Amino acid sequence: METTQMNQSQEQYFQGKIDEEIRIEPRDWMPEKYRQTLVRQISQHAHSEIVGMLPEGNWITRAPSLRRKATLIAKVQDEAGHGLYLYSAAETLGTSRAEMIDQLHSGKAKYSSIFNYPTLSWADIGAIGWLVDGAAIMNQVPLTRTSYGPYARAMVRVCKEESFHQRQGFEILLTLSRGTEAQRAMCQDAINRWWWPSVMMFGPSDDASPHTAQSMKWKIKRFTNDELRQKFVDVCAEQVKMLGMSLPDDNLKWNEEKGHYDFGTIDWQEFWNVVSGNGPCNRERLAARIKAHEEGAWVRDAAMAYAEKQRMKTERSVA
Amino acid sequence: MKYYIKNQLYGDFGDREGVKSSGTGMGGGFEDLTRDWPLWEVFIRSKQGLDHKHVGSLHAADAQMAIENARDVYTRRQEGVSIWVVESKYIHASNPDDAESLYDPANDKVYRHPTFYDLPDELKHM
Repeated sequence: METTQMNQSQEQYFQGKIDEEIRIEPRDWMPEKYRQTLVRQISQHAHSEIVGMLPEGNWITRAPSLRRKATLIAKVQDEAGHGLYLYSAAETLGTSRAEMIDQLHSGKAKYSSIFNYPTLSWADIGAIGWLVDGAAIMNQVPLTRTSYGPYARAMVRVCKEESFHQRQGFEILLTLSRGTEAQRAMCQDAINRWWWPSVMMFGPSDDASPHTAQSMKWKIKRFTNDELRQKFVDVCAEQVKMLGMSLPDDNLKWNEEKGHYDFGTIDWQEFWNVVSGNGPCNRERLAARIKAHEEGAWVRDAAMAYAEKQRMKTERSVA
Repeated sequence: MKYYIKNQLYGDFGDREGVKSSGTGMGGGFEDLTRDWPLWEVFIRSKQGLDHKHVGSLHAADAQMAIENARDVYTRRQEGVSIWVVESKYIHASNPDDAESLYDPANDKVYRHPTFYDLPDELKHM
């Protein structure tokens, strides 16, 4: 009884801080559910950055010029960095790196479904930069003001770097859109294949997203999935004109009254199908991660053994 | 999905320096001692003349690797000219529950601020 009362007053105090826009820091008291929600969301976000390197890494060796190759390598390296910022933010909540990696590999933890689609042509690298990174930015910018301090700080860093990704993607598409007929077709084809999965990146619609209300109350989220999705559609519907391309949606139309674009219905069956592991590349992506982790085990062990040996040497020479 | 949360005492690794040998204790749970490389806190000086500032953490087998990793993770865009790393277990931190008793007494000592003193406007250069 006493503990329940104590928890209640702590919870009120906690919510008071959130309402006053005071950031929560690692050692502050927080409701267990807040902690769990954050660990789930941040680790899922970290996993997405790491798995996200796979579809793009696929094109590093085949980038059409040295400039394209250098920027793609830099971008993929950034994604690794983003994963690391986020893992380290999640670790401040009391979960270990090894545990998070285990949960990714066992399939218990999810990552963004977008990375379960294949990168079939060079134009896909452009489409990913423009649409996938564009959607990610839309999601991530509000997260720089999320209520948990370490997560917000990690997101500030991520957002600074992410805008280069989107610009390099759009530049790739712009170049293709001014190219030959075949290049233009390749550009349109990539947009066609990446558009709907990108629109789905914002997650289930608000009425099918049971945790949104609580996350908004705790200010982990600042906007609902549908609000962000609408923003994304509005922005892209304009940007695509500059490419002289089109978005694959017959229902896409400016709605004067609402001041927004109307758009077609999302195929939620496809969304849930990919989430539950049956997308085109789910198995391949996970297998690649597990293989890299297992084949790197001896390197991790060797480095640790070396460090241990050096330590003993120093201790002996001091003694 | 259930996460096994061990503890929340981030930045207070000093409290569990003995944990390694006993394998139990109430320390923070950011590194799985049997499987993760040690955790390091990273501090970066962004330019000459400024303090080193905490930027985050990373795992590394030893100090040299921690600095090299910090260079790759935290300074890809000239964010720094100097890096400090310290193993997280050596950081001791104040307890947020003590915030009131630690910092509140300073609240009623406004006379420590220059604005407390009422002086005529004509007084210059002070």
